[in-house]
Amino acid sequence: MKVLEKSEMKVITGNHAVSYGAKLARVEVIAAYPITPQTTIVELLSEMVAEGDLKARFITVESEHSAMAGCISASIAGARAFTATSSQGLALMHEMLHWAAGVRAPIVMANVNRALAAPWSIWTDQNDSLSQRDTGWMQLYAESNQEALDFVILGYKVAEQVLLPMMIVLDAFILSHTSEPVEIYPQEVVDAFLPPYQNPYALNFDNPQVIGGLADPQVYFEFRYKLQKAHERAIQVFKEEGQRFGELFGRTYDTLEPFMLEDAEEVLVTAGSTTSTARYAVQKLREKGHKVGLLKLRMFRPFPFEDIRQALRGRKKVGIIDRNLSYGHHGIFYQEIKSALYGQSGAPLLFGYVTGLGGRDIRAEDIEAIYEDLRSRTEPQEIIWKGVRL
Amino acid sequence: MIEIRFHGRGGQGTVVASKILADAFFREGKYVQAFPQFGVERRGAPVTAFLRVGSQDTLFVRSFIHHPDHIVVLDPTLLQAVNVLEGLKEGGWVIVNTPDHPDTLEIPDSYRVATVDANQIAIKHKLGKPTAPIVNTAILGAFVRATGLLSLDALLEAIREGVPMDPENNAKAAQEAYESVILPQEVTP
Repeated sequence: MKVLEKSEMKVITGNHAVSYGAKLARVEVIAAYPITPQTTIVELLSEMVAEGDLKARFITVESEHSAMAGCISASIAGARAFTATSSQGLALMHEMLHWAAGVRAPIVMANVNRALAAPWSIWTDQNDSLSQRDTGWMQLYAESNQEALDFVILGYKVAEQVLLPMMIVLDAFILSHTSEPVEIYPQEVVDAFLPPYQNPYALNFDNPQVIGGLADPQVYFEFRYKLQKAHERAIQVFKEEGQRFGELFGRTYDTLEPFMLEDAEEVLVTAGSTTSTARYAVQKLREKGHKVGLLKLRMFRPFPFEDIRQALRGRKKVGIIDRNLSYGHHGIFYQEIKSALYGQSGAPLLFGYVTGLGGRDIRAEDIEAIYEDLRSRTEPQEIIWKGVRL
Repeated sequence: MIEIRFHGRGGQGTVVASKILADAFFREGKYVQAFPQFGVERRGAPVTAFLRVGSQDTLFVRSFIHHPDHIVVLDPTLLQAVNVLEGLKEGGWVIVNTPDHPDTLEIPDSYRVATVDANQIAIKHKLGKPTAPIVNTAILGAFVRATGLLSLDALLEAIREGVPMDPENNAKAAQEAYESVILPQEVTP
Protein backbone atom coordinates (compact mmCIF):
# COMPACT_ATOMS: atom_id res chain seq x y z
CA MET A 1 0.00 0.00 0.00
CA LYS A 2 1.41 3.33 -1.09
CA VAL A 3 1.11 6.10 1.44
CA LEU A 4 0.67 9.67 0.18
CA GLU A 5 3.76 11.78 0.62
CA LYS A 6 2.36 14.19 3.19
CA SER A 7 0.12 11.67 4.93
CA GLU A 8 0.62 10.84 8.57
CA MET A 9 0.54 7.18 9.68
CA LYS A 10 -0.83 6.85 13.19
CA VAL A 11 -1.72 3.91 15.40
CA ILE A 12 -5.23 4.89 16.48
CA THR A 13 -8.54 3.33 17.47
CA GLY A 14 -11.45 2.92 15.07
CA ASN A 15 -13.32 5.60 16.96
CA HIS A 16 -10.51 8.10 16.56
CA ALA A 17 -10.21 7.15 12.89
CA VAL A 18 -13.84 8.28 12.54
CA SER A 19 -13.03 11.55 14.35
CA TYR A 20 -10.11 12.22 12.01
CA GLY A 21 -12.35 11.40 9.05
CA ALA A 22 -14.87 14.00 10.24
CA LYS A 23 -12.11 16.55 10.78
CA LEU A 24 -10.68 15.98 7.30
CA ALA A 25 -14.22 16.28 5.89
CA ARG A 26 -14.37 19.71 7.60
CA VAL A 27 -17.72 19.04 9.26
CA GLU A 28 -19.37 22.28 10.35
CA VAL A 29 -21.89 21.13 12.94
CA ILE A 30 -21.64 18.23 15.38
CA ALA A 31 -24.64 17.52 17.59
CA ALA A 32 -24.04 14.54 19.81
CA TYR A 33 -24.92 12.68 22.97
CA PRO A 34 -22.46 10.23 24.57
CA ILE A 35 -22.97 6.47 24.64
CA THR A 36 -20.59 3.54 25.08
CA PRO A 37 -18.75 2.51 22.89
CA GLN A 38 -19.16 5.55 20.64
CA THR A 39 -18.25 8.29 23.11
CA THR A 40 -14.58 8.66 22.20
CA ILE A 41 -15.53 9.65 18.63
CA VAL A 42 -17.29 12.83 19.70
CA GLU A 43 -14.98 13.31 22.69
CA LEU A 44 -12.00 13.74 20.34
CA LEU A 45 -14.07 15.95 18.03
CA SER A 46 -15.07 18.17 20.96
CA GLU A 47 -11.36 18.56 21.81
CA MET A 48 -10.53 19.41 18.19
CA VAL A 49 -13.26 22.08 18.20
CA ALA A 50 -12.19 23.44 21.61
CA GLU A 51 -8.56 23.71 20.50
CA GLY A 52 -9.48 25.40 17.24
CA ASP A 53 -8.21 22.53 15.06
CA LEU A 54 -11.69 22.07 13.63
CA LYS A 55 -13.92 25.03 12.83
CA ALA A 56 -17.28 23.60 13.79
CA ARG A 57 -20.16 24.17 16.17
CA PHE A 58 -20.30 21.40 18.76
CA ILE A 59 -23.82 21.18 20.16
CA THR A 60 -24.33 19.14 23.31
CA VAL A 61 -27.88 17.88 23.56
CA GLU A 62 -30.00 16.00 26.07
CA SER A 63 -30.69 12.90 23.96
CA GLU A 64 -29.88 11.17 20.69
CA HIS A 65 -33.29 12.17 19.38
CA SER A 66 -32.24 15.80 19.78
CA ALA A 67 -28.77 15.09 18.38
CA MET A 68 -30.34 13.97 15.12
CA ALA A 69 -32.85 16.86 15.19
CA GLY A 70 -29.86 19.22 15.49
CA CYS A 71 -28.06 17.57 12.59
CA ILE A 72 -31.16 17.72 10.38
CA SER A 73 -31.68 21.42 11.11
CA ALA A 74 -28.02 22.21 10.44
CA SER A 75 -28.04 20.21 7.24
CA ILE A 76 -31.13 21.85 5.75
CA ALA A 77 -29.62 25.21 6.65
CA GLY A 78 -26.72 24.23 4.39
CA ALA A 79 -24.09 22.99 6.88
CA ARG A 80 -22.16 19.73 6.75
CA ALA A 81 -23.47 17.91 9.83
CA PHE A 82 -22.07 14.95 11.72
CA THR A 83 -22.98 12.80 14.68
CA ALA A 84 -22.19 9.41 16.13
CA THR A 85 -24.15 6.97 18.23
CA SER A 86 -24.64 3.34 19.11
CA SER A 87 -27.32 0.79 19.94
CA GLN A 88 -29.91 2.26 22.35
CA GLY A 89 -28.97 5.73 21.15
CA LEU A 90 -29.63 4.79 17.54
CA ALA A 91 -32.91 3.20 18.57
CA LEU A 92 -33.95 6.41 20.34
CA MET A 93 -33.12 8.35 17.15
CA HIS A 94 -35.36 6.15 15.06
CA GLU A 95 -38.09 8.74 14.42
CA MET A 96 -35.54 11.37 13.39
CA LEU A 97 -33.76 8.94 11.07
CA HIS A 98 -36.91 8.88 8.94
CA TRP A 99 -36.97 12.67 9.09
CA ALA A 100 -33.36 12.98 7.95
CA ALA A 101 -33.98 10.83 4.89
CA GLY A 102 -37.39 12.41 4.25
CA VAL A 103 -36.02 15.96 4.12
CA ARG A 104 -33.08 14.64 2.11
CA ALA A 105 -30.41 15.81 4.59
CA PRO A 106 -26.97 14.45 3.60
CA ILE A 107 -25.82 13.90 7.19
CA VAL A 108 -23.06 11.39 7.89
CA MET A 109 -23.38 9.47 11.14
CA ALA A 110 -21.10 6.83 12.60
CA ASN A 111 -22.88 4.01 14.39
CA VAL A 112 -20.77 1.73 16.53
CA ASN A 113 -22.50 -1.66 16.30
CA ARG A 114 -23.56 -2.66 19.81
CA ALA A 115 -26.12 -5.28 20.78
CA LEU A 116 -29.50 -3.99 21.93
CA ALA A 117 -31.03 -4.51 25.37
CA ALA A 118 -32.58 -6.45 26.95
CA PRO A 119 -30.51 -7.90 28.53
CA TRP A 120 -27.94 -5.10 28.66
CA SER A 121 -24.90 -5.52 26.48
CA ILE A 122 -22.16 -3.16 25.39
CA TRP A 123 -20.58 -5.64 22.98
CA THR A 124 -20.96 -5.92 19.26
CA ASP A 125 -23.63 -7.21 16.96
CA GLN A 126 -25.32 -5.77 13.92
CA ASN A 127 -28.95 -5.61 15.02
CA ASP A 128 -28.89 -1.92 15.95
CA SER A 129 -27.96 -0.62 12.50
CA LEU A 130 -29.85 -3.30 10.60
CA SER A 131 -33.03 -2.43 12.54
CA GLN A 132 -32.83 0.94 10.77
CA ARG A 133 -32.69 -0.48 7.28
CA ASP A 134 -36.05 0.93 6.17
CA THR A 135 -35.48 4.51 7.33
CA GLY A 136 -34.03 5.67 4.01
CA TRP A 137 -30.41 5.92 5.21
CA MET A 138 -27.52 4.54 3.21
CA GLN A 139 -25.29 2.16 5.18
CA LEU A 140 -21.62 1.18 4.82
CA TYR A 141 -19.99 -1.51 6.99
CA ALA A 142 -16.32 -0.98 7.87
CA GLU A 143 -13.86 -3.83 8.21
CA SER A 144 -10.90 -1.78 9.46
CA ASN A 145 -10.09 1.54 11.09
CA GLN A 146 -8.86 2.83 7.73
CA GLU A 147 -12.20 2.06 6.13
CA ALA A 148 -13.93 3.84 9.02
CA LEU A 149 -11.94 7.02 8.30
CA ASP A 150 -12.31 6.71 4.53
CA PHE A 151 -16.05 6.10 4.69
CA VAL A 152 -16.67 9.41 6.46
CA ILE A 153 -15.01 11.33 3.62
CA LEU A 154 -16.47 9.13 0.88
CA GLY A 155 -19.80 9.16 2.72
CA TYR A 156 -20.20 12.93 2.42
CA LYS A 157 -19.09 12.83 -1.20
CA VAL A 158 -21.86 10.40 -2.09
CA ALA A 159 -24.50 11.70 0.34
CA GLU A 160 -24.27 15.29 -0.91
CA GLN A 161 -24.76 14.25 -4.52
CA VAL A 162 -27.83 12.10 -3.97
CA LEU A 163 -29.13 14.06 -0.94
CA LEU A 164 -29.43 11.05 1.32
CA PRO A 165 -28.03 10.51 4.81
CA MET A 166 -25.21 8.00 5.26
CA MET A 167 -24.57 5.70 8.21
CA ILE A 168 -21.01 4.46 8.71
CA VAL A 169 -21.05 1.26 10.73
CA LEU A 170 -18.15 -0.15 12.76
CA ASP A 171 -18.09 -2.98 15.30
CA ALA A 172 -18.00 -2.23 19.02
CA PHE A 173 -14.54 -2.73 20.55
CA ILE A 174 -13.33 -4.99 17.73
CA LEU A 175 -12.87 -1.79 15.74
CA SER A 176 -14.00 1.06 17.98
CA HIS A 177 -11.38 0.40 20.69
CA THR A 178 -8.74 -1.43 18.64
CA SER A 179 -5.59 0.49 17.77
CA GLU A 180 -4.01 -0.14 14.38
CA PRO A 181 -2.13 1.91 11.76
CA VAL A 182 -4.29 4.40 9.90
CA GLU A 183 -3.25 6.76 7.13
CA ILE A 184 -4.41 10.29 7.85
CA TYR A 185 -4.42 12.11 4.53
CA PRO A 186 -3.16 15.61 3.80
CA GLN A 187 -6.01 18.12 4.16
CA GLU A 188 -5.46 19.57 0.69
CA VAL A 189 -5.98 16.20 -1.00
CA VAL A 190 -9.21 15.66 0.95
CA ASP A 191 -10.30 19.22 0.06
CA ALA A 192 -9.70 18.46 -3.63
CA PHE A 193 -11.90 15.36 -3.35
CA LEU A 194 -14.57 16.84 -1.10
CA PRO A 195 -15.26 20.55 -1.73
CA PRO A 196 -17.43 22.55 0.72
CA TYR A 197 -21.07 21.49 0.81
CA GLN A 198 -23.27 23.56 -1.47
CA ASN A 199 -26.93 22.84 -0.89
CA PRO A 200 -29.06 24.53 -3.58
CA TYR A 201 -32.15 23.94 -1.44
CA ALA A 202 -30.67 25.35 1.79
CA LEU A 203 -32.96 27.51 3.92
CA ASN A 204 -32.52 31.07 2.78
CA PHE A 205 -34.18 34.33 3.98
CA ASP A 206 -34.29 35.68 0.43
CA ASN A 207 -36.26 32.74 -0.80
CA PRO A 208 -38.29 31.43 2.14
CA GLN A 209 -39.60 27.90 1.91
CA VAL A 210 -41.03 25.16 4.08
CA ILE A 211 -39.18 21.86 4.37
CA GLY A 212 -40.95 18.83 5.75
CA GLY A 213 -44.44 20.35 5.90
CA LEU A 214 -47.71 18.50 5.53
CA ALA A 215 -47.84 16.49 2.31
CA ASP A 216 -51.35 15.39 1.47
CA PRO A 217 -52.08 12.26 -0.60
CA GLN A 218 -51.68 14.36 -3.76
CA VAL A 219 -47.90 14.72 -3.22
CA TYR A 220 -46.57 12.42 -0.46
CA PHE A 221 -46.31 9.43 -2.78
CA GLU A 222 -44.06 11.35 -5.19
CA PHE A 223 -41.68 12.38 -2.41
CA ARG A 224 -41.27 8.73 -1.51
CA TYR A 225 -40.83 7.69 -5.15
CA LYS A 226 -37.98 10.18 -5.40
CA LEU A 227 -36.40 8.85 -2.21
CA GLN A 228 -36.25 5.39 -3.76
CA LYS A 229 -34.89 6.78 -7.05
CA ALA A 230 -32.12 8.55 -5.13
CA HIS A 231 -31.14 5.24 -3.52
CA GLU A 232 -31.07 3.53 -6.91
CA ARG A 233 -28.83 6.28 -8.26
CA ALA A 234 -26.57 6.16 -5.18
CA ILE A 235 -25.11 2.79 -6.14
CA GLN A 236 -23.58 4.18 -9.32
CA VAL A 237 -22.46 7.38 -7.57
CA PHE A 238 -20.79 5.29 -4.85
CA LYS A 239 -18.99 3.19 -7.45
CA GLU A 240 -17.72 6.25 -9.34
CA GLU A 241 -16.61 8.09 -6.22
CA GLY A 242 -15.09 4.91 -4.76
CA GLN A 243 -13.01 4.69 -7.93
CA ARG A 244 -11.99 8.33 -7.76
CA PHE A 245 -11.13 7.91 -4.08
CA GLY A 246 -8.76 5.14 -5.12
CA GLU A 247 -7.07 7.33 -7.70
CA LEU A 248 -6.43 10.06 -5.12
CA PHE A 249 -5.84 8.09 -1.92
CA GLY A 250 -4.77 4.63 -3.11
CA ARG A 251 -7.79 2.73 -1.79
CA THR A 252 -10.57 1.91 -4.23
CA TYR A 253 -14.01 1.12 -2.89
CA ASP A 254 -16.87 -0.81 -4.43
CA THR A 255 -20.14 -2.12 -3.00
CA LEU A 256 -18.59 -5.56 -2.47
CA GLU A 257 -15.05 -6.81 -2.02
CA PRO A 258 -14.07 -10.27 -3.23
CA PHE A 259 -11.27 -12.35 -1.71
CA MET A 260 -10.04 -15.53 -3.46
CA LEU A 261 -13.40 -15.57 -5.18
CA GLU A 262 -12.48 -16.15 -8.81
CA ASP A 263 -12.75 -19.95 -9.07
CA ALA A 264 -14.52 -20.49 -5.76
CA GLU A 265 -17.27 -23.13 -5.70
CA GLU A 266 -18.26 -22.31 -2.16
CA VAL A 267 -18.47 -18.76 -0.90
CA LEU A 268 -18.71 -17.26 2.58
CA VAL A 269 -20.33 -13.84 2.90
CA THR A 270 -19.47 -11.44 5.74
CA ALA A 271 -19.88 -7.79 6.67
CA GLY A 272 -17.83 -5.72 9.11
CA SER A 273 -14.84 -6.81 11.15
CA THR A 274 -15.60 -10.55 10.94
CA THR A 275 -14.34 -10.27 7.37
CA SER A 276 -10.70 -10.01 8.54
CA THR A 277 -10.98 -13.24 10.51
CA ALA A 278 -12.80 -14.95 7.63
CA ARG A 279 -10.10 -13.83 5.19
CA TYR A 280 -7.46 -15.58 7.29
CA ALA A 281 -9.62 -18.72 7.54
CA VAL A 282 -10.30 -18.77 3.80
CA GLN A 283 -6.61 -18.48 3.01
CA LYS A 284 -5.90 -21.44 5.31
CA LEU A 285 -8.68 -23.46 3.68
CA ARG A 286 -7.24 -22.62 0.25
CA GLU A 287 -3.85 -23.92 1.38
CA LYS A 288 -5.60 -27.19 2.18
CA GLY A 289 -6.95 -27.26 -1.38
CA HIS A 290 -10.54 -26.16 -0.82
CA LYS A 291 -12.16 -24.08 -3.54
CA VAL A 292 -13.58 -21.50 -1.17
CA GLY A 293 -13.83 -17.74 -1.51
CA LEU A 294 -15.03 -14.77 0.50
CA LEU A 295 -17.40 -11.97 -0.39
CA LYS A 296 -17.45 -8.89 1.80
CA LEU A 297 -20.60 -6.83 1.82
CA ARG A 298 -19.52 -3.20 2.16
CA MET A 299 -22.68 -1.37 1.10
CA PHE A 300 -25.94 -2.55 2.64
CA ARG A 301 -28.23 0.35 1.68
CA PRO A 302 -28.78 0.83 -1.15
CA PHE A 303 -28.51 -2.92 -1.54
CA PRO A 304 -26.24 -3.86 -4.48
CA PHE A 305 -28.54 -6.46 -6.03
CA GLU A 306 -26.83 -6.65 -9.41
CA ASP A 307 -23.31 -6.92 -7.94
CA ILE A 308 -24.46 -9.71 -5.61
CA ARG A 309 -25.98 -11.62 -8.51
CA GLN A 310 -22.83 -11.33 -10.56
CA ALA A 311 -20.56 -12.32 -7.69
CA LEU A 312 -22.58 -15.40 -6.69
CA ARG A 313 -23.86 -16.67 -10.04
CA GLY A 314 -22.70 -20.21 -10.79
CA ARG A 315 -21.38 -20.95 -7.27
CA LYS A 316 -22.44 -24.21 -5.67
CA LYS A 317 -23.02 -23.13 -2.08
CA VAL A 318 -23.01 -19.83 -0.25
CA GLY A 319 -22.79 -19.52 3.54
CA ILE A 320 -23.87 -16.14 4.89
CA ILE A 321 -22.46 -15.21 8.29
CA ASP A 322 -24.94 -13.02 10.18
CA ARG A 323 -24.00 -11.37 13.46
CA ASN A 324 -27.64 -10.35 13.67
CA LEU A 325 -31.09 -11.85 13.48
CA SER A 326 -34.55 -10.70 12.47
CA TYR A 327 -36.51 -12.47 15.18
CA GLY A 328 -39.20 -14.67 13.71
CA HIS A 329 -37.38 -14.56 10.39
CA HIS A 330 -33.69 -15.24 9.56
CA GLY A 331 -30.30 -13.59 9.56
CA ILE A 332 -30.69 -10.25 7.82
CA PHE A 333 -27.86 -10.45 5.30
CA TYR A 334 -29.12 -13.95 4.49
CA GLN A 335 -32.61 -12.62 3.73
CA GLU A 336 -31.29 -9.82 1.56
CA ILE A 337 -29.00 -12.06 -0.46
CA LYS A 338 -31.76 -14.60 -0.85
CA SER A 339 -34.06 -11.93 -2.24
CA ALA A 340 -31.35 -10.79 -4.67
CA LEU A 341 -30.99 -14.33 -6.02
CA TYR A 342 -34.68 -15.23 -6.24
CA GLY A 343 -35.56 -16.55 -9.67
CA GLN A 344 -32.01 -16.23 -10.99
CA SER A 345 -30.75 -19.09 -13.09
CA GLY A 346 -27.62 -20.72 -11.72
CA ALA A 347 -28.31 -19.47 -8.20
CA PRO A 348 -26.33 -21.29 -5.49
CA LEU A 349 -27.74 -23.13 -2.47
CA LEU A 350 -27.89 -20.72 0.49
CA PHE A 351 -27.05 -21.41 4.13
CA GLY A 352 -27.68 -18.88 6.88
CA TYR A 353 -25.22 -18.96 9.79
CA VAL A 354 -26.16 -16.95 12.88
CA THR A 355 -23.23 -16.39 15.21
CA GLY A 356 -21.42 -13.98 17.54
CA LEU A 357 -24.51 -12.21 18.94
CA GLY A 358 -23.73 -9.82 21.81
CA GLY A 359 -20.00 -9.87 21.10
CA ARG A 360 -19.35 -13.62 21.43
CA ASP A 361 -15.84 -14.05 20.02
CA ILE A 362 -15.67 -15.29 16.41
CA ARG A 363 -12.36 -17.09 15.85
CA ALA A 364 -10.77 -18.29 12.62
CA GLU A 365 -11.51 -21.85 13.82
CA ASP A 366 -15.18 -20.93 14.02
CA ILE A 367 -15.16 -19.74 10.41
CA GLU A 368 -13.40 -22.96 9.36
CA ALA A 369 -16.03 -24.95 11.24
CA ILE A 370 -18.75 -23.03 9.42
CA TYR A 371 -17.10 -23.94 6.13
CA GLU A 372 -16.87 -27.62 7.10
CA ASP A 373 -20.55 -27.52 8.02
CA LEU A 374 -21.37 -25.91 4.68
CA ARG A 375 -19.48 -28.62 2.80
CA SER A 376 -21.28 -31.41 4.65
CA ARG A 377 -24.77 -30.13 3.79
CA THR A 378 -26.73 -30.94 0.64
CA GLU A 379 -30.02 -29.18 1.43
CA PRO A 380 -30.28 -25.39 1.91
CA GLN A 381 -30.84 -24.31 5.49
CA GLU A 382 -32.24 -20.97 6.64
CA ILE A 383 -30.80 -20.75 10.16
CA ILE A 384 -27.78 -22.65 11.40
CA TRP A 385 -26.75 -21.56 14.92
CA LYS A 386 -23.01 -21.50 15.50
CA GLY A 387 -21.49 -21.16 18.95
CA VAL A 388 -24.72 -20.97 20.94
CA ARG A 389 -24.52 -23.01 24.17
CA LEU A 390 -27.65 -25.08 24.66
CA MET B 1 2.95 -13.02 13.75
CA ILE B 2 3.69 -12.42 17.41
CA GLU B 3 0.77 -12.40 19.83
CA ILE B 4 1.09 -10.86 23.29
CA ARG B 5 -1.46 -10.86 26.11
CA PHE B 6 -1.44 -8.39 29.00
CA HIS B 7 -2.93 -9.11 32.41
CA GLY B 8 -3.38 -6.28 34.86
CA ARG B 9 -5.84 -4.65 37.19
CA GLY B 10 -7.99 -1.60 36.52
CA GLY B 11 -5.89 1.52 37.18
CA GLN B 12 -2.47 0.07 36.35
CA GLY B 13 -2.52 1.21 32.73
CA THR B 14 -2.84 -2.22 31.11
CA VAL B 15 -4.73 -1.08 28.01
CA VAL B 16 -2.37 1.86 27.51
CA ALA B 17 0.57 -0.58 27.83
CA SER B 18 -0.75 -2.57 24.87
CA LYS B 19 -1.17 0.61 22.82
CA ILE B 20 2.29 1.99 23.61
CA LEU B 21 3.97 -1.29 22.80
CA ALA B 22 1.97 -1.40 19.55
CA ASP B 23 3.17 2.06 18.66
CA ALA B 24 6.77 1.12 19.50
CA PHE B 25 6.65 -1.92 17.20
CA PHE B 26 5.01 0.21 14.51
CA ARG B 27 7.93 2.65 14.71
CA GLU B 28 10.18 -0.29 13.82
CA GLY B 29 8.21 -0.94 10.64
CA LYS B 30 5.89 -3.64 11.95
CA TYR B 31 2.14 -3.76 11.42
CA VAL B 32 0.18 -3.90 14.69
CA GLN B 33 -3.20 -4.42 16.30
CA ALA B 34 -3.80 -3.65 20.00
CA PHE B 35 -7.11 -4.03 21.79
CA PRO B 36 -8.65 -4.51 25.22
CA GLN B 37 -10.98 -7.26 26.32
CA PHE B 38 -13.57 -4.73 27.21
CA GLY B 39 -15.69 -5.37 30.24
CA VAL B 40 -17.32 -3.25 32.88
CA GLU B 41 -14.20 -1.47 34.13
CA ARG B 42 -13.59 -1.09 37.81
CA ARG B 43 -10.44 -0.03 39.59
CA GLY B 44 -8.69 -3.16 40.84
CA ALA B 45 -10.65 -5.65 38.71
CA PRO B 46 -8.70 -7.93 36.35
CA VAL B 47 -8.15 -6.37 32.92
CA THR B 48 -6.88 -8.13 29.80
CA ALA B 49 -5.43 -6.52 26.68
CA PHE B 50 -3.94 -7.94 23.52
CA LEU B 51 -1.33 -7.07 20.92
CA ARG B 52 -0.61 -8.63 17.53
CA VAL B 53 2.56 -7.78 15.66
CA GLY B 54 3.18 -8.77 12.06
CA SER B 55 4.11 -7.34 8.70
CA GLN B 56 2.05 -5.33 6.23
CA ASP B 57 1.16 -8.54 4.37
CA THR B 58 0.07 -10.50 7.45
CA LEU B 59 -3.63 -11.30 7.55
CA PHE B 60 -4.71 -10.11 11.00
CA VAL B 61 -7.70 -11.87 12.51
CA ARG B 62 -10.03 -9.94 14.81
CA SER B 63 -10.66 -12.38 17.63
CA PHE B 64 -9.18 -12.50 21.10
CA ILE B 65 -5.73 -14.03 21.52
CA HIS B 66 -6.21 -17.52 22.90
CA HIS B 67 -2.65 -18.82 22.33
CA PRO B 68 -0.24 -15.97 23.05
CA ASP B 69 3.49 -16.16 22.34
CA HIS B 70 4.25 -14.03 25.42
CA ILE B 71 2.40 -12.63 28.39
CA VAL B 72 2.91 -9.56 30.54
CA VAL B 73 1.57 -9.63 34.11
CA LEU B 74 1.25 -6.20 35.70
CA ASP B 75 0.08 -7.48 39.08
CA PRO B 76 1.65 -10.57 40.70
CA THR B 77 -1.53 -11.43 42.63
CA LEU B 78 -3.08 -12.29 39.25
CA LEU B 79 -0.77 -15.33 39.10
CA GLN B 80 -3.05 -16.85 41.74
CA ALA B 81 -6.35 -15.15 40.82
CA VAL B 82 -6.47 -15.78 37.05
CA ASN B 83 -5.03 -18.55 34.90
CA VAL B 84 -2.71 -16.09 33.19
CA LEU B 85 -0.69 -18.89 31.59
CA GLU B 86 -3.75 -20.27 29.77
CA GLY B 87 -2.88 -21.10 26.17
CA LEU B 88 0.64 -19.63 26.43
CA LYS B 89 2.92 -21.25 23.86
CA GLU B 90 5.95 -23.22 25.02
CA GLY B 91 9.09 -21.14 25.33
CA GLY B 92 7.02 -17.98 25.72
CA TRP B 93 8.11 -15.15 27.98
CA VAL B 94 6.24 -14.36 31.19
CA ILE B 95 7.13 -10.85 32.34
CA VAL B 96 5.94 -10.27 35.91
CA ASN B 97 5.84 -7.12 38.03
CA THR B 98 7.25 -8.38 41.36
CA PRO B 99 10.32 -7.81 43.53
CA ASP B 100 10.77 -11.61 43.66
CA HIS B 101 13.28 -13.65 41.66
CA PRO B 102 11.82 -15.51 38.61
CA ASP B 103 12.76 -18.90 40.11
CA THR B 104 10.50 -18.34 43.14
CA LEU B 105 7.30 -17.91 41.13
CA GLU B 106 6.72 -21.61 40.46
CA ILE B 107 6.02 -21.06 36.78
CA PRO B 108 6.59 -24.23 34.71
CA ASP B 109 10.04 -24.69 33.12
CA SER B 110 8.54 -24.65 29.64
CA TYR B 111 8.30 -20.85 29.93
CA ARG B 112 10.93 -18.13 30.30
CA VAL B 113 10.28 -15.85 33.25
CA ALA B 114 11.59 -12.34 33.89
CA THR B 115 10.68 -10.17 36.86
CA VAL B 116 10.94 -6.48 37.59
CA ASP B 117 9.93 -4.41 40.60
CA ALA B 118 7.78 -2.09 38.55
CA ASN B 119 5.80 -0.87 41.58
CA GLN B 120 8.92 0.47 43.23
CA ILE B 121 10.19 2.01 39.97
CA ALA B 122 6.84 3.67 39.26
CA ILE B 123 6.64 5.07 42.81
CA LYS B 124 10.17 6.40 42.54
CA HIS B 125 9.26 8.27 39.34
CA LYS B 126 5.97 9.53 40.81
CA LEU B 127 3.73 7.60 38.43
CA GLY B 128 0.29 7.23 39.98
CA LYS B 129 -0.12 7.16 43.74
CA PRO B 130 2.22 5.24 46.09
CA THR B 131 -0.76 3.02 46.99
CA ALA B 132 -1.77 2.62 43.33
CA PRO B 133 1.28 3.08 41.08
CA ILE B 134 0.88 3.12 37.30
CA VAL B 135 3.34 0.44 36.27
CA ASN B 136 2.69 0.09 32.54
CA THR B 137 5.69 1.94 31.14
CA ALA B 138 8.09 0.29 33.60
CA ILE B 139 7.03 -3.22 32.76
CA LEU B 140 7.39 -2.47 29.04
CA GLY B 141 11.04 -1.61 29.64
CA ALA B 142 11.45 -5.07 31.16
CA PHE B 143 9.59 -6.65 28.24
CA VAL B 144 11.91 -5.02 25.70
CA ARG B 145 15.06 -6.17 27.51
CA ALA B 146 13.88 -9.74 28.16
CA THR B 147 12.40 -10.51 24.74
CA GLY B 148 14.76 -8.46 22.58
CA LEU B 149 11.91 -8.12 20.07
CA LEU B 150 12.37 -4.38 19.64
CA SER B 151 14.75 -1.60 20.60
CA LEU B 152 14.57 0.44 23.78
CA ASP B 153 14.76 3.59 21.61
CA ALA B 154 11.53 2.69 19.83
CA LEU B 155 9.82 2.14 23.18
CA LEU B 156 11.08 5.41 24.65
CA GLU B 157 9.97 7.30 21.55
CA ALA B 158 6.51 5.72 21.75
CA ILE B 159 6.29 6.62 25.46
CA ARG B 160 7.42 10.21 24.92
CA GLU B 161 4.82 10.75 22.19
CA GLY B 162 2.01 8.53 23.41
CA VAL B 163 1.76 8.75 27.20
CA PRO B 164 -0.84 11.36 28.11
CA MET B 165 0.78 12.49 31.39
CA ASP B 166 4.36 12.99 32.50
CA PRO B 167 6.07 11.35 29.49
CA GLU B 168 9.63 12.05 30.69
CA ASN B 169 9.22 10.26 34.02
CA ASN B 170 7.52 7.39 32.23
CA ALA B 171 10.47 7.13 29.86
CA LYS B 172 12.85 7.12 32.84
CA ALA B 173 10.82 4.35 34.49
CA ALA B 174 10.99 2.24 31.32
CA GLN B 175 14.74 2.81 31.10
CA GLU B 176 15.27 1.86 34.75
CA ALA B 177 13.16 -1.29 34.38
CA TYR B 178 15.12 -2.19 31.26
CA GLU B 179 18.31 -2.02 33.31
CA SER B 180 17.03 -3.71 36.46
CA VAL B 181 14.95 -6.59 35.10
CA ILE B 182 15.86 -9.97 36.61
CA LEU B 183 16.31 -12.52 33.85
CA PRO B 184 16.53 -16.30 34.17
CA GLN B 185 20.07 -17.66 34.58
CA GLU B 186 20.82 -18.66 30.99
CA VAL B 187 20.03 -15.29 29.37
CA THR B 188 21.81 -13.14 31.92
CA PRO B 189 24.73 -11.58 30.11
